[in-house]
Amino acid sequence: MTAVFDPGAQAARATDAILADTLSGTSRGIVVDSPPGAGKSTLVVRAALELAAAGHPLMVVAQTNAQVDDLVVRLAEKDPGLPVGRLHSNDSDPYDKVLDGLANVRKSAKASDLAGLDVVISTAAKWAHVKNVEPWGHAIVDEAYQMRSDALLAVAGLFERALFVGDPGQLDPFSIVGADQWAGLSYDPSASAVSTLLAHNPQLPQHRLPVSWRLPASAAPLVSDAFYPYTPFRSGTDHGDRRLSFGVASDGSAPDRVLDEAAESGWGLLELPARHTPRTDPEAVRAVALVVRRLLDRGGAATSERSPDPVPVTADRVAVGTAHRDQAAAVRAALAELGVTGVAVDTANRLQGREFDVTVVLHPLSGRPDATAFHLETGRLCVLASRHRHACIVVCRAGVAELLDEHPSTEPVQLGVMVKFPDGWEANHAVLAHLGEHRVRWEA
Amino acid sequence: MSLISTLARLEAVESGRAQPMTTVLHRHLTDRPLVLVPLTTAGEAGAPLGALVGTDRDSPRLLAVSQPRDRDLRFAFLAELAEAVLPHIEAYEDVVEPTERNETDPETGKKVKVEVELCADAPQLIVPSRAGIDFVRLLGRSMRFRRTAEDDPDTPYPAPARVPLLGRWLTHYGERARVPGSSLLLATTDLLNRHWATGQSSLEDQHLGALLAWIAAPAGESGARAALRAELERDGEGQLLCPPAGPATDPAFDNRLLAPAIEKYDRARTSLAAAEDGLAADARLAELTAAERDIRALLAGIMRPTWDAVWRGLDLLKELPEGSRAEDRWTRDRWSFTGHRDRVRSGEPPQPRRDDAVTAAQKLASRETAQAQLEAQEALDDPLVLAGRRLAGEAFVGDVTGVVMAYSESKRPSPRPLVTVRTDERPHLGERTKVYRSLDGRPQTAEFVEYAAEPEDGDAPLLVLRITDRMGRSKEPAPGSVPEPGDRIAWTLFEHDQRGGPKLPDPEETPWTHGGPPGATAGQAERPDPVTAEDLL
Amino acid sequence: MDKAALATALGSPAPFGQSQFAFVRGNAFEAKVKADGGTELMRLLHERLGGGAEAPREVLVPDLTAAGPEGRAARTALALREATEAGGWALLDHPMLALEVAGSPTYLEPDAVAVHPDGTWTVVEIKSFPMIDGSADAAKVGAAARQSAVYVLALERIAELTEGVEVGHRVLLVCPKDFSNLPTASVVDVRKQRAVTRRQLARLTRIEDIAAALPEGTTFDPECSPQQLDAAVESVGATYAPECLAACELAFHCRAKARAAGAVEALGRSVRGELGGLTTVGAVLAAAAGKEGDPADPTVVALRRAAALRAEALEGSAACR
Repeated sequence: MTAVFDPGAQAARATDAILADTLSGTSRGIVVDSPPGAGKSTLVVRAALELAAAGHPLMVVAQTNAQVDDLVVRLAEKDPGLPVGRLHSNDSDPYDKVLDGLANVRKSAKASDLAGLDVVISTAAKWAHVKNVEPWGHAIVDEAYQMRSDALLAVAGLFERALFVGDPGQLDPFSIVGADQWAGLSYDPSASAVSTLLAHNPQLPQHRLPVSWRLPASAAPLVSDAFYPYTPFRSGTDHGDRRLSFGVASDGSAPDRVLDEAAESGWGLLELPARHTPRTDPEAVRAVALVVRRLLDRGGAATSERSPDPVPVTADRVAVGTAHRDQAAAVRAALAELGVTGVAVDTANRLQGREFDVTVVLHPLSGRPDATAFHLETGRLCVLASRHRHACIVVCRAGVAELLDEHPSTEPVQLGVMVKFPDGWEANHAVLAHLGEHRVRWEA
Repeated sequence: MSLISTLARLEAVESGRAQPMTTVLHRHLTDRPLVLVPLTTAGEAGAPLGALVGTDRDSPRLLAVSQPRDRDLRFAFLAELAEAVLPHIEAYEDVVEPTERNETDPETGKKVKVEVELCADAPQLIVPSRAGIDFVRLLGRSMRFRRTAEDDPDTPYPAPARVPLLGRWLTHYGERARVPGSSLLLATTDLLNRHWATGQSSLEDQHLGALLAWIAAPAGESGARAALRAELERDGEGQLLCPPAGPATDPAFDNRLLAPAIEKYDRARTSLAAAEDGLAADARLAELTAAERDIRALLAGIMRPTWDAVWRGLDLLKELPEGSRAEDRWTRDRWSFTGHRDRVRSGEPPQPRRDDAVTAAQKLASRETAQAQLEAQEALDDPLVLAGRRLAGEAFVGDVTGVVMAYSESKRPSPRPLVTVRTDERPHLGERTKVYRSLDGRPQTAEFVEYAAEPEDGDAPLLVLRITDRMGRSKEPAPGSVPEPGDRIAWTLFEHDQRGGPKLPDPEETPWTHGGPPGATAGQAERPDPVTAEDLL
Repeated sequence: MDKAALATALGSPAPFGQSQFAFVRGNAFEAKVKADGGTELMRLLHERLGGGAEAPREVLVPDLTAAGPEGRAARTALALREATEAGGWALLDHPMLALEVAGSPTYLEPDAVAVHPDGTWTVVEIKSFPMIDGSADAAKVGAAARQSAVYVLALERIAELTEGVEVGHRVLLVCPKDFSNLPTASVVDVRKQRAVTRRQLARLTRIEDIAAALPEGTTFDPECSPQQLDAAVESVGATYAPECLAACELAFHCRAKARAAGAVEALGRSVRGELGGLTTVGAVLAAAAGKEGDPADPTVVALRRAAALRAEALEGSAACR
């Protein structure tokens, strides 16, 4: 073994082991933990293609229609000749129209219409209604940590064995009613599918994709320490492999200075004066929009392992993340006012699984007078802090550290529930402490 | 908390009176509820201290335990509770109406209509607080696995005959109370808090006395002052004038009054046991009886204010007219009651300690459906609840300004009229977002098409909706099925009815991911709790 | 400082206290668990956390008596080291641990600490709330976990100076089983609580700093006049929230102050979430009524819409099809 860390080789070893278990292993299930940007989708597509090629027809379970359509498109890109079935709901517009252009993709609301195809893909919700069919030999369950245990219960009878892939650090599934009475039970219906699966089958092989190809060297250690303390990962690229530069020099304003800081270090904190504000804090919203506008105006360009020449950071490579929908709406309006279009602006829930060059985040606790469990949820901050390939800029009112101190963590503890993840309070402090080193103060 | 309820709380602070949160009653209240005010012993899990129970507000039945750590006295209490509660439940079991239910024929797999009985009404149980509901559940758990002498002649400490049955019913009620919108078992504080906003926090609202002080403050006194008195005012002996609604007692009561009384009772019992002749025994028995009477009086004294408060709360609630869809939810409660009656009658074992995987998933799914249903029904029944949804962008009210007839592009074109609506509200509408209105009590669907051309200055925006169903089968829409200009209509972005979830596997077919089939132990009664030799808690 | 006495002197006596029934029961249960040289306790420990180790037959129960908390803490540290070196099972009944909090030493007394033959130290918490069918009140378990996490941190200070020791991050919670007085146990993973507590300790304002910031002559002596005390209490910054009522003897005093000032927090922390910069009942209502407030402020806009919708619904003019 050489002393030099070779991320490519390490990731390849992990992938090979996963595929070997999937194709020729004897376990009924295989679990793969994938930190942000570790190549989860690539793995799912590859596993599906190899299973199909080996003569094992399979079903794929994803959680949302967008995820299903995305997988169908990726499969068709890799192997246009592969017969793929897209099982969809009876609603109007049940799938993305892009699928109509794919020659070997058959779409139907009835599973029987798709019988015999190499790969059949649908959402967990739709699969749950499929009855009286011959079970598939193989299945892939994607985003398994975002799937609820009861959803797995409804579909598990459809397959003999399955590969479960997901990111344990993202937002947990939730229920709209209390489920405390089942907490601690191995099959708690409100828990994630993976926790139930492993509680009943602890001997299943568990793999981990060890390398994040998305997160830069500046971000992987922080995200790994703060959100994956017990299952660390590292970045596939090194310091200096990625560079963000601007065609136009800074004008000395706070947005320009925080952009320069983020280009240099990967992180930037634009700190507004402490104040309690409504959720749609007009000043913070405007600051977010200004940062985006300046990023585009200054001709941001990204250099990375993907191409030796700088690639312009265009609007579609930028995202704004918020905690609430009304905040996203306010940011969209502010961007429209500044004439910016094409930037993805969404909540953490909807940004899950997506990737950009630069992200601008309105801190979930900015301006808040209180820190609720919703705002402290680790998964929310983790999603927001792990969508970028180059830099993440956080816009926040001063005083969040003090706010956290006023709301010490007093989470209830259910007996028998596995601790999977760090405390939201602690993770927030950890991220904030790191951001504090890249602070630029807003001057009105 | 929604801004509308926050505003109601702030108005309550300013006015010194609780403010309405609803315009109608959103839970069904029966004419003859059974009220139960239980007390428990501090530090003990299953040691009831006393209770007031009954359907007559003027004469509650008093149940008391003179020494809560004594198993025999505890059993006597539970037997008496069974005697007070079970006849009330059983009175509803045989008043039935015939009805039909859809069932799947096990042989053909087809849906068939089956004639079944449905209890015409169900017994309702009211406790003071949410902790009271937990206590009902705890009592149910502590009783349903007990064995009577009839169950098992060898059981070392047989429970009185009807105690396990009461345990099963209380367990059923406690479980049903977790279903959103159900009314079989309700807590008075929850009922009041659903319908009024006070000028204090939701935490303080859990205090029944303080809550009532805000809702029905004495003339000339502010709710805040009256509530403070309810929370803190004590008599010369340091006892709260408004004792906690239970089941926990005030430590000052335990330490200064109850503990000495129990001590006196213990002493009297010991000395009675030691009595050597009849004369001495008579005198000592009198002492014991007196000690018992003292404890009963003490307990009655701290439970009666709560008992009266519960009835007072029910009076206040009954002044509100019942929301039209509350009856629908009560019918589900009647089904639930009838179902449990049938399970008991068919000799099924008591509910297991913990649900199996399939049952747990089924319960969660049905409660999520019930929650969505409840939210929709409350909004449809009550303009004040709807106001909260409108503020959140989940509903809007608008005036119809125009209707243009249009048809679907199919071989047999169906009517798809375009309706223009003027509203100054800001619903979260996207392309083809579905919206619903109530037409003769049933939902009609439309989809959002676009915002119409810019309105005149100062006017509210116009939006265009396409009606997609409930217009009949012919080419011309059925009369009254299409909105007309001038109509003022409430549209919701949420569905009015809830579809049930997918069918889950039978418990015998639990998949390997969830532990596999239950095996041989399935369906057997669970073992009773082991009884401790000394069993002095 | 005796906050209960202070509250009484301020005119808002706290409704706290413990029922003697609960007290007696708690003590009796702990005694039962530890009876007989901790046989039952060690059996539970071995069953839940024994790893592969042999069942404890001989258990060392060192004498921990010493003069004063400092002496007892030193005695405990010594006993822990000796027991670890001995390489067998040991049970430390009510040991004394020291931890620096805000610059001053604080002494902590866990119910018990067990030493495993492999050098693991495990915190044992004995509580009198029941575990019914394997589950217990989550708020109480949470409190026990936070309490245990402090002990774990304190033990780690001693472990740093001892070789071959690992302080277990899984603690043993012992409670009565179901409705009986038989003990049962559950393992609680306190890694989260430990991480949180460690950061809290690092961030805690030093007590000297609080004292130095107070005006000269500030006194909390309950013998002083309520006015003097009021001023003294006021000089220590504190934010009232309804959650305080269950935890602090001075909460009713603080609540009265908050209410008198019209503070919206008195209605709960969540109330404030949507009110932005508006902090008093009067300001919010005036803004909602259109009498005050910046019409460009989103809070004010939302409040006015809320007020209008509420009024419309209450007037019944929302009648529509």
